Amino acid sequence: MAFDTKTADVEERIEDGALLSGSAQFIDDLPFAVGTLHAAILRSPHAHASIVSIDSSRARALPGVAAVIDGTALAKVSEPLMVGVKIPIKCWPMAVDRARYVGEPVVVVLAEDRYVAEDALDLIEVTYTPLPPVIDPEAALDMNAYVLHEELENNLGSERTFRYGDPESAREAAPRCIAVKVRYPRNSCTPMETYGVLAEYDPHGTGYDIQANFQGPFSIHPVIARALKVSGSKLRLRTAPNSGGSFGVKQGVFPYIVLMAACARIAARPVKWIEDRLEHLTASVSATNRVVELQAAVEPDGRVTALFWDQIEDVGAYLRAPEPATLYRMHGNLCGAYDIANLSVRNRIVMTNKTPTGLNRGFGGPQIYYALERLMQRIAQELELDPLDVIRRNLISSFPYRTASGTTYDSGDYVRAFDVALNDGRYGELLSRRDLARAAGRIYGIGLTAAVEPSVSNMGYLSTALTPAQRAKSGPKNGAHAAATISLDPVGSVTVQIDSVPQGQGHQTVAAKLVSGVLGLRSKDVRVVAEFDTAKDAWSIAAGNYSSRFAASTLSAVQLAADRLRHRLARIAAGQLNGRPEDIVFAGGRVHLNGNPEASISFARIASASHWAPGTLPDDMDPVVRETAIWSPEELAAPTGEDGINSSLCHSFIFDFCGVEIDAVSGQVRVDRYVTMHDCGRVLHAGMVEGQIRGAFAQAIGASLFEEFAYGPDGAFLAGTFADYPVPTVLEIPTLDILHIETPSPLTLTGAKGVGEGNCMSTPVCVANAVADALAPKCGAVDLVLPLTPARIAEFLDAEPAAPEGYQPAAPTTGKGLTGRGRAKVSASPQAIWDLLMDPEQLAAIIPGAHGVTQPSEDRFSADVTLGVGPVKGRYKVDVALSELDPPSSALLTGRAAGALGMGEGTGRVSLTVLPDGGTEIAYEYEARVGGKVASVGGRLLDGAARIVIGQFFTALGRRAGGQRSLFARLFVWIGDGK
Amino acid sequence: MRRLIADQTHSISLKLNGKPVHAEAEPRMLLSDFIRHVLGAKGTHVGCEHGVCGACTVRMDGGLARSCLTLAVQADGAEIETVEHLAPAPGSLSVLQNSFRRHHALQCGFCTAGILMSLDTLLHDHPEAGETEIRDALAGHLCRCTGYEPIVTAAMEAAKILQKERLNA
Repeated sequence: MAFDTKTADVEERIEDGALLSGSAQFIDDLPFAVGTLHAAILRSPHAHASIVSIDSSRARALPGVAAVIDGTALAKVSEPLMVGVKIPIKCWPMAVDRARYVGEPVVVVLAEDRYVAEDALDLIEVTYTPLPPVIDPEAALDMNAYVLHEELENNLGSERTFRYGDPESAREAAPRCIAVKVRYPRNSCTPMETYGVLAEYDPHGTGYDIQANFQGPFSIHPVIARALKVSGSKLRLRTAPNSGGSFGVKQGVFPYIVLMAACARIAARPVKWIEDRLEHLTASVSATNRVVELQAAVEPDGRVTALFWDQIEDVGAYLRAPEPATLYRMHGNLCGAYDIANLSVRNRIVMTNKTPTGLNRGFGGPQIYYALERLMQRIAQELELDPLDVIRRNLISSFPYRTASGTTYDSGDYVRAFDVALNDGRYGELLSRRDLARAAGRIYGIGLTAAVEPSVSNMGYLSTALTPAQRAKSGPKNGAHAAATISLDPVGSVTVQIDSVPQGQGHQTVAAKLVSGVLGLRSKDVRVVAEFDTAKDAWSIAAGNYSSRFAASTLSAVQLAADRLRHRLARIAAGQLNGRPEDIVFAGGRVHLNGNPEASISFARIASASHWAPGTLPDDMDPVVRETAIWSPEELAAPTGEDGINSSLCHSFIFDFCGVEIDAVSGQVRVDRYVTMHDCGRVLHAGMVEGQIRGAFAQAIGASLFEEFAYGPDGAFLAGTFADYPVPTVLEIPTLDILHIETPSPLTLTGAKGVGEGNCMSTPVCVANAVADALAPKCGAVDLVLPLTPARIAEFLDAEPAAPEGYQPAAPTTGKGLTGRGRAKVSASPQAIWDLLMDPEQLAAIIPGAHGVTQPSEDRFSADVTLGVGPVKGRYKVDVALSELDPPSSALLTGRAAGALGMGEGTGRVSLTVLPDGGTEIAYEYEARVGGKVASVGGRLLDGAARIVIGQFFTALGRRAGGQRSLFARLFVWIGDGK
Repeated sequence: MRRLIADQTHSISLKLNGKPVHAEAEPRMLLSDFIRHVLGAKGTHVGCEHGVCGACTVRMDGGLARSCLTLAVQADGAEIETVEHLAPAPGSLSVLQNSFRRHHALQCGFCTAGILMSLDTLLHDHPEAGETEIRDALAGHLCRCTGYEPIVTAAMEAAKILQKERLNA
């Protein structure tokens, strides 16, 4: 059934008044101490380079700059971040001696304000020796690949194999083996608010006091404390009252907590840092990219009897906590929604020169389901079965269900959800739509996906990455507590503290509703405090906003605390009303005995009694002023000796189907209809559940069709703006039909299960399956790589129309390589032009943006040049060497430019030919490559910018050679055809 | 035209949400930073600082401006309105804001300030605006939480209520 939002419970949110009127406080809105310094970070433009030297003398001399801190200084007051698997690499939050990804922090400047701090970055000169970049995860495992971490012999961070049931026998017995190989790309849910940290250090005993928009899990707290070399109690970590979205991503602020805390200690001043968008896209955190080979042993009817996973997980430059969690979060769910008893797994973690990975909505799910559900479709294709039948025959049909790898699916009715979705979602109509479209010659396809969405992570699942022997040595890890505290103040009003660190999901509203219901109050009478303070709150390592734990886990703790409080208050009331506690009714802000509402006492009087009149309490009763409950599901056990792991507590079910149409000319994919069926257990707030589904769906549409953290083959980061990383707007989001069934979880006190991540797992592969179905009549089985951009789809469509006559196709380029050529005519003779080109003083006037040209030797020129590419204008040091000189006819120029905004290198050939009228035709061609910030944010604009600069150069050359500006129009012909 | 000197501060006088304010800023200071960190009106948010996300949208002399792409000195003499000015009185909400609340048209609320400014301006300048115009105005904003649909619904409801109010007035 679909919820009718007119009648369902869609209570307005407590949070919204402040958010809508601009008074809500986010991290950058918080007051900070007088004397606070503002940080800016200089980042590596190289994917891989040794840091030879850092000259910050000019930066230090800039008025307003208080400190300049590099990796060496950082290492004196801190330790590397702990690594989750037992390998000896050093994970620093700022490069020490060697930078391993574009955007890695190299130097922090602390100054009186942010503008000055950023000015100072431009004055720091870092000398790098570039090292070979390692970008492709499979190539990184090659024996000859350059090794990122000198402590290791290769780039393999961890390898484990697992075997459940008897997969080999199942494969031998099966008539067919069907396999897919997929590559899941890098992307992120990119919250609209970037990271922010306020850090202070008290050397006299209290240690660090940090405010950050960190989201948890607080298992990271000990990692931070250890890196800062203090005990946990000397690291107070607080979150801001509001956070501008997270979706997992703000877990990744923690290395910056360490970095800014260390800076505050070194500078002996409070420090504030707010990340900018370029920093966020380039270097905050990313979902893992993964290469998966997945094979199934299949019966003729499509029943799968065994799965063989071979996964290569690319965690970027460092195996940073809590990785390799992305890979192991789904370890108990590797057979998805299917009843498959035999399972073989090979997991390899590889490090490459990319941004380190971390939490991101869906966390491991998109990577798993992209392989599994593409495989299910491939099975249907190869066996010529209806993909619906393949899914239906494999669906788990009884609950609770134990998966091959050891997880218990707590509740569900997958077959019913599937049938209801097909019926209420009008699947039959979609089939007709496809028939009609195809009959009209259009490219239309239908995709299907079934997925299990785990929630409430077992804090011990990560230890599955260790061998049983390693686990035995380090001790078992398991569990997932939730904590809630309810306090009563002297006037009997109620405050609830929760451990879920919401990032916009309305936790306060739902918690207030629950507590007020138990205590017979109105929601608005209950204040819920969600900002988190490790110095004052009840919390455990499981606290935080991840694995969709709030509704199932934190609310169970709230329920427990509310029930206990109610029970104790009922005893006080029973004494005053001369009745039994079990007969006490809490309603309408008052308390009375069942059946006797006339004789009532106000709730406030009972609730404040412990403050004012402890003498009125029953004799054996402690004062009732606060109740803290720790809820702990015992089902979340440590991994077994056989590597069985109950990786999550609750399991929701999703079944999606969609229809897409592909534009035959442009290759653009349009989602025509999308239906998503959810069983997330008991729905506690229909409006918020729908909000979670729609939000995840929109992000998944972005991941399906538009978004990718793309890297060049040299490791240059190519998606540094929202123009290069195109997050969908309202115009790109298709209509979504949402359906529900409810099978409450028997393991949570609320019956709720997670709902926030499901569509991030199911939608990308559902869209891909639909695209594959659309292409199938023409192309058969296809391998698809997300995002499904028009350029990628065009490869499967008919060849482009023939190019116009005389068109020269551009030479193939790789990464942000630039090539171009052109010709210009000027009135002066070749010798005059040659003389101009060889004269540094003349060149200074001709080169656009040059601040002076020097000639250190006969065949070398150096210049300081200001160049603008799109939004990025900066100063570069340019060195050009001349060779193959043939005066006054031709020369080869080899150049290198470097600046704070990036670097480039290239070659160009210039030829001068005398024209019949005595003038000169100058012909040139060039090939260049750029990296660093300028490639991240200006990639799309580089060609145009290069052409403009070259155009300006020849305009100036023509003007100078011809003597007068007025001659320009007559003398100069611009016929560039740069590509 | 006023002559500005790069490393000096210049006095800027403008009306912020109906009240005259004066402060100093260097020519390079962004209007977003000026409103937030100098004038202390923190309801306007900064999401990308390159003009794509729309979170920093404010009303400047009646028209919409990305405050992250506007210099503070450009606003000298202007009338600036921000999200803090939309509600009729403290503790209350405008028709549009109330509609957002009813339809869960926000989650984290970070992008909301800019979206409200755009939609409030649309409904003021084009009271007859329908779904197409609303989607068009909203297309200048990024929201990562809601999937946009509830925002469209809220704006359409607000448009209807405002139209009715106008008829009755």
